[in-house]
Amino acid sequence: MSKQDFLRRMPEAGSAFSRRARLAERLHIDFFLLLLLLLLTLIGLTVLYSASGHNLPSVEKQGTFFIIAYVTMFIVAQIPVEFMRRMAPFAYVGGVLLLLAVTIFGDISMGAQRWLQIGSFRFQPSEIMKLAMPITVAAYLSRGFLPPRFTQIIVVLGLIGLPTALIIEQPDLGTSILVATSGIMVLFFSGLLWRYIAAAVVVFGASLWPIWHFMLHDYQRQRVLTMLDPTQDPLGTGWNIIQSKTAIGSGGLSGKGWMEGTQSRLDFLPEGHTDFIIAVMSEEFGLLGVIMLLIIYAMVITRGLMIAVNSQSSFGRLLAAAVSSTFFVYVFVNMGMVSGIVPVVGVPLPLISQGGTAIVALFAGFGLLMAIATEKKRVMTPQA
Amino acid sequence: MQESQQFKDHQREAKLFRSRVVVMAVFMLLLVSVLVYRYYDLQIVNYEEYATQSDRNRVHVQPVPPTRGLIFDRNGELLADNKASFTLSVVSADATELNNTVELLKGLIEISPSDLGKFYKAQKQRRHKLDPVPLRYRLTEEEIARLAVNQHLLEGVEVNAELVRNYPHKDMFAHVIGYTGRISEKEMNGFTPEQSQRYSGTHAIGKIGIEASYEDVLLGEVGSQNVETNARGRVMRVLDRIDSKQGSDLRLHLDARMQETAVASMRGRRGAVVAIDVKTGGVLAAVSYPGFDPNLFVTGIGYRDYKNLNEDIDTPLFNRFLQAQYPPGSTIKPVIGLAGLHTGFTDVSRAISDRGVFTLPGSSRLYRDWVLARTGGGHGRVDLKAAISQSCDTYFWDLGNRMGIDNISSFGSHFGLGNLTGIDIPSERKGLWPSREWKRAARREAWYPGDTVNVSIGQGMVLTTPLQLAVMTTTIANRGIRYRPQFIQKIGDQVHEPIIDEIFETKPEYWDAIIEGMEEVMHGARGTARRVSERAEYRMAGKSGTAQVVAIAQNAKYNSALLKERHRDHALFVAFAPVEAPQIAVAVMLENAEGGSSQAAPVARAMMDAHILGYYLKANEFVPPLGFHHAAIIKRANNYIAERKAAREAKEAELAAKAAAQAASSSSSMASEAASEPTHE
Repeated sequence: MSKQDFLRRMPEAGSAFSRRARLAERLHIDFFLLLLLLLLTLIGLTVLYSASGHNLPSVEKQGTFFIIAYVTMFIVAQIPVEFMRRMAPFAYVGGVLLLLAVTIFGDISMGAQRWLQIGSFRFQPSEIMKLAMPITVAAYLSRGFLPPRFTQIIVVLGLIGLPTALIIEQPDLGTSILVATSGIMVLFFSGLLWRYIAAAVVVFGASLWPIWHFMLHDYQRQRVLTMLDPTQDPLGTGWNIIQSKTAIGSGGLSGKGWMEGTQSRLDFLPEGHTDFIIAVMSEEFGLLGVIMLLIIYAMVITRGLMIAVNSQSSFGRLLAAAVSSTFFVYVFVNMGMVSGIVPVVGVPLPLISQGGTAIVALFAGFGLLMAIATEKKRVMTPQA
Repeated sequence: MQESQQFKDHQREAKLFRSRVVVMAVFMLLLVSVLVYRYYDLQIVNYEEYATQSDRNRVHVQPVPPTRGLIFDRNGELLADNKASFTLSVVSADATELNNTVELLKGLIEISPSDLGKFYKAQKQRRHKLDPVPLRYRLTEEEIARLAVNQHLLEGVEVNAELVRNYPHKDMFAHVIGYTGRISEKEMNGFTPEQSQRYSGTHAIGKIGIEASYEDVLLGEVGSQNVETNARGRVMRVLDRIDSKQGSDLRLHLDARMQETAVASMRGRRGAVVAIDVKTGGVLAAVSYPGFDPNLFVTGIGYRDYKNLNEDIDTPLFNRFLQAQYPPGSTIKPVIGLAGLHTGFTDVSRAISDRGVFTLPGSSRLYRDWVLARTGGGHGRVDLKAAISQSCDTYFWDLGNRMGIDNISSFGSHFGLGNLTGIDIPSERKGLWPSREWKRAARREAWYPGDTVNVSIGQGMVLTTPLQLAVMTTTIANRGIRYRPQFIQKIGDQVHEPIIDEIFETKPEYWDAIIEGMEEVMHGARGTARRVSERAEYRMAGKSGTAQVVAIAQNAKYNSALLKERHRDHALFVAFAPVEAPQIAVAVMLENAEGGSSQAAPVARAMMDAHILGYYLKANEFVPPLGFHHAAIIKRANNYIAERKAAREAKEAELAAKAAAQAASSSSSMASEAASEPTHE
């Protein structure tokens, strides 16, 4: 009896133990990445409170978006990578259709047609493309042998070109750069031959002149000129960049202190709570704050690249690397444009700038990373 | 085959991928280094520059305008103070934004085209792009409320309270106090750097009158403050501040009650009155009627208002006491008489026999005395005193002719004639006291004896202002001591001492003669202004005069009925009182009023009554007949009551004394009882 009892009890105890293990395993979360993201969220909300002029409602609104974003991230993280790969064509086609819908029905706000209204919900379909693009390209390239052949490259360029052109048309240069970059990154990580890369650089260099004269809008051209010499028009287009440089520079080593930034508090800094938020942060927390932020960003990116390297499937590798490096492009372009080394294109500082769908899209990207990171759990514990 | 190849490729792909990650990581590291270097360059290397730039952005030095000093009359009555006026200003860096704002404002409050014109002009002149530019002055309470309600729509619109000048007595002192106005572009361009700094926060400057002549002391010292402003120039807080220093208050010799008395007694007739304190030369009253409301000019007079004032036939903007130059007529006869005495061409007892006409030797031109037209004869036998009291022209024609122009022209300056009096308000005119040299220079003509004849009764080329006549009268009252007429009594705490310009000395009996002559004018049986001394409580001295407005042809008789109102003679009167110890000297000029003694003299009497006895008159109230001021009536009644009481008491005392004497004489035994009796009663 007693032996039987012992035997009977064991499976129960064992099953309880194994259930717990299975639960932890089933939850596809990368805790280190999550920690870093929480840290960035905290910093973001803190800076935003100051940058928005001590406006608690706008911080609360941002917090709500963060909650939605985290939930989205958790959901995306649970999706099997293989499923994503199979869904890629639909996501891409859906994204392109939505972009077409924007050019036809979209709302016009601030001189650009970016928004799509569905019921009371308003969003930018270009945000979807930020994710759909790397997934699609990675899915397409991982089907065949790597490095990709010439025809594959042409197809990929076509895949990248179509939505990018649609987004440029809106016009939204910043997002189009990010979308195109996310696709190009996949191409790069897929082992694109160096001679192609070299050729692309040459072609790009040669096409700068026609792009400058025929493709860019006046305001975009003005932005480049302004970046080169902001003092030419200090009260007009140069105002933003002069004021943001002043804000950054006057921060010094350790900054003026939280909520003490005069440039932002006294409204000298336009867009201080959105694209130019790094200027507020630099002013209030100084170079030390900037370096600390860069370190956290670097850790996020490193983590992403590690996930990529450790991934077993080439789709996962390509996707994770592309998402991580696109995240880097975000950071670099934003901090570069605010400090005046990159033309001003509308790229927000990830996780810090105020934004709705952009944040959700970003976190969906981190969800992808987590899904890829925890993919091997699925391999080790076959699904029942 | 395919499987093995796939397996092989998988290895290779992973390797290839890793190498790409390394390349990308290196590339990222490179870019991050660029970023870090960039931020290091901005925040550490160029920190000073950007920190300064940031401070320059937010910290602005603002001038703190001083409060303008107040102006009081001799009794502490406020003549000029400061009150808040609300000004709407617009701060705007952007032209289209500005136009939108202005369009919005037009819907809310009244903005005239001239406001807009001035606004756009000022917009171009502003020193800094965030300087507020005034658009509308003198906002009403309602307009301020309407702006406040719509504040959220009005970016960069400010309503500022500013202290502006206020003149509570309106037109009463306009020609004395003057007014302040907006600093004009021309004035601003003429500023020295120090002045620009002093006026940096001030928009107003004294334009005429006391406001202009005491501008320096009234202005005060400008202060400054460092303020933190936001990007739209709105002041967020004051960082530190050096307070401005208020301008000094002025106390004038003017007496508001005297000024009012003058206006009241003029009864709406155009003219000027100047009253001077004989002991100091302080101006007690200076009226030029009609006046104007100086408050109109303070924040910029509108075109229509200015046009009305400027084109008014009564010329309210013309300062009559300071700038109106007319022949003084007979009012200068005492001075001519004194000149005759002083130079020995006549003496106190010398008399002539006047038949009403005078001819120059060797000339047929007849000079008719004014009395000839009335009585058909002359004044009879007149000495100097009689000549003054009856205003005998013939006596002075004769005296002037014998004295010659050189004696006359050199004598006028002792009484301030033909010179600026040096009064402390600007734009004074100096009249004309002619001389041989002057005529040669100005008219390129020789001096004729006929000119001397005209000059000796104050006609012809002689011109004086009412102020000069007042100074002349004061000098006579002071027996040769000529004070400079001054409005100012005290600047801040510093007392302004009287200024003596000249002391003219001659024999006392000469002074007695002409002053007695002037006294006779008022009190003598044949004095021209004897009616004006009715019910007088003190002795006064005066002289009437008539200033011709149009020349009368040689044989024509002056007939006022035939002349248009504006061509009638101006009435003049000068007087001082009391004769024994003069306190006040007055000069009155009434335009087209004709009668110096009948029209101008009562005004002079009212001024003297007011100053000496306190019989002040109120503007727009009934002006009583001479000597019938309500205070005078009460005083007279009190005197009468006191007299009667005194008489009664005297009578009672007399009766009591008589009764006591009777009682004492009737019985000596009852004397002790009688003596104790009154104490019981």
